[in-house]
Amino acid sequence: MSNLDTLESELLTAIDGANDEATLEDVRVHALGKKGKISEQMKTLGKMTPDERQVMGPALNGLKAKITDAISARKDVLAEAALETRLASEKVDVSLPLRPAAAETGRIHPVSQVIDELTAIFADMGFSIAEGPDIETDELNFTALNFPVGHPAREMHDTFFFNEKTDGDRLLLRTHTSPVQIRTMRTQEPPIRVIIPGRTYRCDSDQTHTPMFHQVEGLVIDKGSHFGHLKWVLREFCKSFFEVDDIKMRFRPSFFPFTEPSMEVDIQCDRSGGEVKIGQGEDWLEILGCGMVHPNVIRNCGLDPDVYQGFAWGMGIDRIAMLKYGMPDLRAFFDADVRWIQHYGFRPLDLPTLFGGLSS
Amino acid sequence: MKFTLSWLKDHLDTDASLEEIVERLTMIGLEVEEVTNRADRLKPFRIARVLEAEQHPNADRLRVLKVDTGEGDPIQIVCGAPNARAGLVGVLGKPGDYIPGLDVTLSVGKIRDVESFGMMCSERELELSDEHTGIIDLAEDAPVGMSYAEWAGLDEPVIEIGLTPNRPDCTGVYGIARDLAAAGLGKLKERSREQIRGTYACPVDISLDFGDTKAMCKAFGLRMVKGVKNGPSPKWLQDRLTAIGLRPINALVDMTNYITFDQGRPLHVFDADKVHGNLTVRRGRTGEKIDGLNGKSYDVDDTICVIADDNGVESLGGILGGEPSGCTEDTVNVLIESALWDEDDIAATGRKLGVNTDARYRFERGVDPDYMMPGLEYATRMVMDLCGGEPSETIQAGAVPDSTNIVEFPYSEVKRLAGVEFSLAEINLALKSLGFWISGSGDTVKVAAPSWRPDIEGKADLVEEVVRIIGLERVPFTPLPRTGTVNQKVLTTSQIRRNKARRALATRGFNEAVTWSFISAEQADLFGGGASELALANPISPEMSDMRPSLLPGLLAAAQRNADRGFGDVALFEVGQIFLDDTPEGQKMVATGVRRGTAKLQGAGRHWSGAASNVDVFDAKADAEAALAAIGAPVDRLQIYTDAPDSFHPGRSGCLKLGPKNTLAVFGEIHPRLLQKLDIEGPLVAFEIYLEALPQPKGKGGRSKGAMNASDLMPVRRDFAFLVGKEVVAETLLKAARGAEKNLISNVTLFDIYEGQGVPEDQKSVAIDVMLQPRQKTLTDEDIDAVAKKIIANVEKATGGTLRG
Repeated sequence: MSNLDTLESELLTAIDGANDEATLEDVRVHALGKKGKISEQMKTLGKMTPDERQVMGPALNGLKAKITDAISARKDVLAEAALETRLASEKVDVSLPLRPAAAETGRIHPVSQVIDELTAIFADMGFSIAEGPDIETDELNFTALNFPVGHPAREMHDTFFFNEKTDGDRLLLRTHTSPVQIRTMRTQEPPIRVIIPGRTYRCDSDQTHTPMFHQVEGLVIDKGSHFGHLKWVLREFCKSFFEVDDIKMRFRPSFFPFTEPSMEVDIQCDRSGGEVKIGQGEDWLEILGCGMVHPNVIRNCGLDPDVYQGFAWGMGIDRIAMLKYGMPDLRAFFDADVRWIQHYGFRPLDLPTLFGGLSS
Repeated sequence: MKFTLSWLKDHLDTDASLEEIVERLTMIGLEVEEVTNRADRLKPFRIARVLEAEQHPNADRLRVLKVDTGEGDPIQIVCGAPNARAGLVGVLGKPGDYIPGLDVTLSVGKIRDVESFGMMCSERELELSDEHTGIIDLAEDAPVGMSYAEWAGLDEPVIEIGLTPNRPDCTGVYGIARDLAAAGLGKLKERSREQIRGTYACPVDISLDFGDTKAMCKAFGLRMVKGVKNGPSPKWLQDRLTAIGLRPINALVDMTNYITFDQGRPLHVFDADKVHGNLTVRRGRTGEKIDGLNGKSYDVDDTICVIADDNGVESLGGILGGEPSGCTEDTVNVLIESALWDEDDIAATGRKLGVNTDARYRFERGVDPDYMMPGLEYATRMVMDLCGGEPSETIQAGAVPDSTNIVEFPYSEVKRLAGVEFSLAEINLALKSLGFWISGSGDTVKVAAPSWRPDIEGKADLVEEVVRIIGLERVPFTPLPRTGTVNQKVLTTSQIRRNKARRALATRGFNEAVTWSFISAEQADLFGGGASELALANPISPEMSDMRPSLLPGLLAAAQRNADRGFGDVALFEVGQIFLDDTPEGQKMVATGVRRGTAKLQGAGRHWSGAASNVDVFDAKADAEAALAAIGAPVDRLQIYTDAPDSFHPGRSGCLKLGPKNTLAVFGEIHPRLLQKLDIEGPLVAFEIYLEALPQPKGKGGRSKGAMNASDLMPVRRDFAFLVGKEVVAETLLKAARGAEKNLISNVTLFDIYEGQGVPEDQKSVAIDVMLQPRQKTLTDEDIDAVAKKIIANVEKATGGTLRG
């Protein structure tokens, strides 16, 4: 028996001492291989007396099982240690900065974003988007809009002209988006609800005027829309666009040749803090002009002003963008300075919706 | 239009405060732009008397003054004014006071070693006038120590309103008072209807002579006042004129300016002794000239209406008087003119000659015709009050046109257009208090507009008057009814494509720019534009003279501006209009992008994971294809051509076409010669996508995508390498391979191109990976060999190459 005890302790020591899988395999062969110590002992069982076998059989089998388990356990320990070593060697510095993703660095210009915001709001009120050319005729830009030839109101527009043609016609760059009102009324049966965003041009340049800017015009023509509706549409628009719960508005009589009555609209704001806050405070800020479409304009589009009526309004897209998002200088809109676009621009997948919030 | 509060109160009997008046003016459409008070800036300045004026010890032209300020000891002041003298009463500024005309704050100073404790001011230094020949020299009895502004009557609010062009009646203070009274802010005072009897016939006759051409003058009233004593006008008149920014000249001229602003009635005065013969109002003649009272000289022609005497042109009718016949302090006999001119002619002449005067401003908007002769009477009264003299009878040429203007007015129009119900009494009161006459009864009445309201044209104008006076705030907010259905798509195909291209490009790291629609003629020429029909007649600058034929010039310039600021690796795009001709159809929408430096999709510049290389033609191609895919173009069916415009590198550019004539996009490196001409540094690649060239999507039809057809059988892949001529383009080879067995070949990938050792000099090796997707049964070796043979045969036939052994 003591032989077996000695063998056991000898083998267990060898197993514990094996520091890698190869050494452990050597120990296994040395113990359990065909010519291994335990296998050799097993072979002797046949020559033993039944009594001897009675004792040695279970003892040898017990030893074999014990050694097998010990080897297996040791194998697990070694595998674990090897993995630990590998993991330790595989460590990287995850603080290394990545290149920013293209979809995260691209930006949408505020003018485009604001047009999308306007679209979301007015689509909800049943409006479509109409457009027209930048190069216009004098007739559509002025005459059909009830600006008589030679009237001082024309001079308020600082118009860019093209050269006179041989037939005396002279095209111009539209000074407002209003000619699209005429184009729409002449081609579309009422009821009409459209907004008209686009580029407009006046020869004027300083901090708040650029020779090119963006306007959005609204037009409603049907058999019953009146000034009370206009007030409501503009208030709902202002609340929705500036994302405030309520806003005080002031409608002041004014003059535009193509509307009668005509109004300018001021909204409540607070200028005390250095930047303009919309929808609070005691100051007024003019943001748009509007009115009931002039009977002459309706008539100029082939409709009867005693049957059809409606309203129109217009405002600067760049201007309302500046008010909402805080750009101080209009000229920077058209400079394509990437620092400005990165700062004031919008992420490409931030599409304004009413259900998800215009700007959040 | 500017006026002072007291001037307004000459015509309006009111207890309203300044704030109330300002608020109401704005709310009835006479928008107050500014209220100023000159006294605010002049508060610290007090009246002081010079006690002694000694010669400065170290300067010939300076004097050392001892000045009595009204309190404490006299102070010492060094002064250079030639009129500084003992006994002068003037206006003193002390250390700490801000001098508006000099934009400095005074401090104790030392001038040539003599200390000075303040300054005696000139009118220009206090911004009272341009006078700067000496310091202010007040009457001797002016109270020393008193606030100068208060004593001089400068402590008064000046109100400036931004007048809309439809309200000529409010170019005079009286008209403004009328509007305020109508709005319930007081009572309008009656204006004088005095008719002054002349004691003799007007010795100068007036005639209108337009032959058979259109009359540019409708009527002309004239009167002489003889034996006047002209001179400076009284202080109250000078104060009013200076308060609104006019320069007092002499009593006769000041009178005309005063009535212009008081009544909106421009007048002119001639020195009768400088008028030769009678006056004729006629068209100018080429070669004639006039020296205007503004110091400028103008050539006239037959589009310009003049008043002439035997000497020639004496006045530009209704716009500007002439210097030779103007009134001076020596004038003894004066001719007063009150006339009516054609509005359009006044505007045209003003524009043509570039003259802006207070008279033009009023006449081109339309002055009250019925006030022509009363205005002449009022002027006569003022002349006699200010200068004495004896008036002649008045004479008149032409006829004051009948201004009767009657509008049929159904009261229901107020509700129809304004959406508010007012009582008939309220409506009638508003109209009547503005001077309208109402006759008839019932639902529709006749309303006659007053002669001073040429802007009233029809019912809508009356509605405006009513809501303006009663108050826009009384119109209730009324929800616009919904259209009854869930709103359909509101954008056009073009708008949708622009939006999709825009967002797709931004996800590729591009920054969206908005650049000018106009560029320089040179840029336009270089990019295929420059047609004369697209050049502006009056550009704001030579850099903005021509409508752009492409977005590239603007974006290339923008990229360079960014590079000049130190940001050279930029990717910019714009979605916008280009102009091929001046018709609406010639305006096209494009999406254009440029990448500069190393601004690649994966990121720009150096990085631990690997530095970005310079942008190349394939970056631009990838952008173009991505944007085209976003707008719904069949990208896998597009053909590549190499005939890109001249603005691109001929060997590193291409076009994406749908059929040989329909170019959807161009892309490539910008031509180096072009960059050099534009003084722009590369590397720069770009693309331009013609958003409207893609055919409209098919109409309605179903939205079903159909069943997915995915095979359960394993695909098989085989590689092939071919030796082909260097000139063979990849597309030819790929097309041949793909077409070899369309039902089986699901994908062909080009994975290697090699030139060099082992490949003949004029050839390249092109390796492709072909994926075979069996549908019915697993492919046998024989099947695969058969396809491979077809592929090899097709490619060899199409390219003239051989399978690489």
